[in-house]
Amino acid sequence: MNRGDEAAAGRTGSVNGVPAGSPGRIAAKPALRRFHQARWDEKLIFELSSPGERGVLPPLPDAGVREVAGDPVADLPAALRRSTPPGLPEMSQLHVLRHYLRLSQENLGVDLNVDVGQGTCTMKYSPKVHDRLVRSAKLADLHPLQDEETVQGVLEIIYRLEQMLCEISGMDRMSLQPGAGSAAIYANVAMIRAYHESRGEAGQRDEVITTVFSHPSNAACAKTAGYQVVTLYPDADGYPDLDALKAAVGPRTAALLITNPEDTGIFNPRIHEFVRIVHEAGGLCAYDQANANGVLGITRARDAGFDLCHFNLHKTFSTPHACGGPAAGACGVTAELARFLPGPVVDFDGTRYTLTTPQDTIGPMRPFHGVAPNLVRAYSWITSLGAAGLREVAEIAVLNNNYLMKRILEIKGASAPYAPGRRRIEQVRYSWRELTEETGVGSHDIGLRAADFGTHYWTSHHPHIVPEPFTLEPTESYSKADLDEYAAILAEIAREARENPETVRTAPHNSTVHRNREDTLDDPSAWAVTWRAYRRKHVAARDR
Amino acid sequence: MTPYRVGVVVNPVAGLGGAVGLKGSDGAAVQAQALRRGAVPRAGARAALAVGELLSRLTASRVDLLAIAGELGADAVRLAQAVPARELELPRSGDGADTRAAVRALVEAGAQVVLFAGGDGTARDVLAVRPVVPVIGVPAGVKIHSAVYAVNPRAAGEVAAAFLTGRAGVRAAEVVDAGEEGSPRLYGELCVAALATRIQQRKVGGTVADPDSVAGIAAEIGALIAGGDLVVLGPGTTTRAVAAALGLDVPVAGVSAVDRGGVVAADVGADELRRLVRGRLAWIVVSPTGVQGFLLGRGNQQISPEVVRDVGPGRLLVVSSEAKLATLGGRPLLVDTGDEQLDYEISGFVRVLTGYGSTAMYRSAT
Repeated sequence: MNRGDEAAAGRTGSVNGVPAGSPGRIAAKPALRRFHQARWDEKLIFELSSPGERGVLPPLPDAGVREVAGDPVADLPAALRRSTPPGLPEMSQLHVLRHYLRLSQENLGVDLNVDVGQGTCTMKYSPKVHDRLVRSAKLADLHPLQDEETVQGVLEIIYRLEQMLCEISGMDRMSLQPGAGSAAIYANVAMIRAYHESRGEAGQRDEVITTVFSHPSNAACAKTAGYQVVTLYPDADGYPDLDALKAAVGPRTAALLITNPEDTGIFNPRIHEFVRIVHEAGGLCAYDQANANGVLGITRARDAGFDLCHFNLHKTFSTPHACGGPAAGACGVTAELARFLPGPVVDFDGTRYTLTTPQDTIGPMRPFHGVAPNLVRAYSWITSLGAAGLREVAEIAVLNNNYLMKRILEIKGASAPYAPGRRRIEQVRYSWRELTEETGVGSHDIGLRAADFGTHYWTSHHPHIVPEPFTLEPTESYSKADLDEYAAILAEIAREARENPETVRTAPHNSTVHRNREDTLDDPSAWAVTWRAYRRKHVAARDR
Repeated sequence: MTPYRVGVVVNPVAGLGGAVGLKGSDGAAVQAQALRRGAVPRAGARAALAVGELLSRLTASRVDLLAIAGELGADAVRLAQAVPARELELPRSGDGADTRAAVRALVEAGAQVVLFAGGDGTARDVLAVRPVVPVIGVPAGVKIHSAVYAVNPRAAGEVAAAFLTGRAGVRAAEVVDAGEEGSPRLYGELCVAALATRIQQRKVGGTVADPDSVAGIAAEIGALIAGGDLVVLGPGTTTRAVAAALGLDVPVAGVSAVDRGGVVAADVGADELRRLVRGRLAWIVVSPTGVQGFLLGRGNQQISPEVVRDVGPGRLLVVSSEAKLATLGGRPLLVDTGDEQLDYEISGFVRVLTGYGSTAMYRSAT
């Protein structure tokens, strides 16, 4: 459909936003993969409940057992007993399995596609062999309240993983207790506050400095902890503005929380200077290494002068991303700050592993010892590669990224703002600004159109300093052919944006849902993360 | 079931200038020049896309399309293969008065929402009428700085359908047009039907602050007011939204002063401001203009250098959402008060209040 046919499409109407006559047709050339998502109209599992249907019928205890054991429920304190059974869905095993298989088909998951479009998320391949260790009864059947003597094996793994992460970061001690990256940042902020409290300066130091291209969790965690946040904007070259830092630091400065490379993929060569200025003002420096994929084995947080750092084990260290489920974070500190670490941590006296609580701990970040299965996966991944292998991971990730950047910048209308001609580290924040100005088609639309070709990207964190942004991070996992396919898809969509913009604007055409109403994401009255909330906010409201 | 009633008005000359390299289409001379250069009217076709999208989304309902006869609306409805339920005949004057009369007539005829196709000049005409129902702009003009437009014609139809079926709300959106020197000027606000991703808001000129920022900024400003200080609010949607969050109604295009007792003075000039701040602890709250990032000296000349000096340059409080700062594309904030010494004092880095407990360290220049 060319531009002159736009009005014609308006005349003949459209179905679900797809212009009649050319429902998102993918051109025959270049030969690109086509993708069509399954559509099952699957209800929520609570709506599938059928009264009396059962998944498991456990056998009743034998008469002899019953006589000895009595009624075990009666042994529970009254306060712990429910007066009514929980409102769980009643379903057979087959129905449960079918439900989740269907949902999995209405998806474009990490292992299905060339998942380089979620820049900053480090969507590398997580080898499945590491899951075998986690599923082993040796780990799966452990209970966190078991006596230390009976869990020496897993304590040894946690201890050795801490040693490895200390070597990788240069820090003196690590806590593996945080349940995710943001939890690790929050732990770092809490330790920063504890440090200033210990020096009697907590009241005076009420500001945390970060940069607009650092991950927004840094600002969010500092604010959650009660700090005033000062955000630095980039200078003309895209680096964090050193003069802005000088204007921001002072006796109120508690800390600098910063990423390097930032979300632009540009490495900040003046990072020592940043750290020095903040230290001279009496503040601490925390390095957000949630994603350390491009610097693994090459640079270290401590060597750059940082006092604290953190890793997301589900990014660089290949444990699965969890989308709200259990991920794993690790926060590392200098010897001076080790007494504030969240605990317990694992100590080793040469013969025995023990759980100990640091002297002035900020307290636990979650119950027990962190997400042990992910710690085992990360340990397994690191040991499978070895030190040389870790560095090779970073080198391939950087090589992949710079190869992909060259391919993307060959697409007319795409650009990589800041630091022209410079190599990037592990990711690039690109812009479709020129294409949008030419065609009116924006980055959000292009990311959705990519789903018709079996892949996708998200735009980028807000605020969109880079106009019409998209951030690609190819990691070490993808082959040259994968990257060529991804670049060819974006090139094809850019062509469509010029020749047939409505197709892109109304995409995706082959997905279960064409467009979501994203405004409700900002509306607390519409959020429903539980069945109960869904019924209250949506079902009951509809029936009224 | 009662049919939905949608008004449709087209500014038939909107966009004429753009295709032939002119910076707008306002005025008969420019329009004639554009037609001489071979411009083809496109506003009707753009409106038809919006109408088609609207109807395709409401196939289960009856939709009565109310349109002005001929190229002012009815032609576009027919282009969308629909028939107007009512066709209103109006005398033509060939300029903005046509749009104004049309919107008045459509609202009187009972339209629940009005789709208007045009550009920034058209939006100013719609604003002049102050319609009592929400409107949605179908972008068809050369200049689209106003935040009242959907991101594209189909999106306008989508938003209208969502509004009629209760799935979209309304919000105030800025009408901005080029002023005398070509720099954008804020003319006021229209109530538009809005779905977050469908009405343009991040484009330069569309500078509506996001609700989280406004609430946070308002909390900080509210603390100053509660402390007994006088707060001078510069013009703009951000400052107006901040005032609204504090329960205060101030005009969007003027400078106002508020304190613990409420609005002390609205739409005041420099002399009155100097009188108000005399002998009081006061703050000046300004938000940068969306396109160029001016803090002082453009559109808020009432906040004269003397007013700033009386209050104290250190008590100039800059407020902006991060999304709005992002629209500056890295360019510094600008001050041009006419007092070079003052401009110099304000330049360097300013702390921009971006939300609750949040500031941005942002460069400012003369």
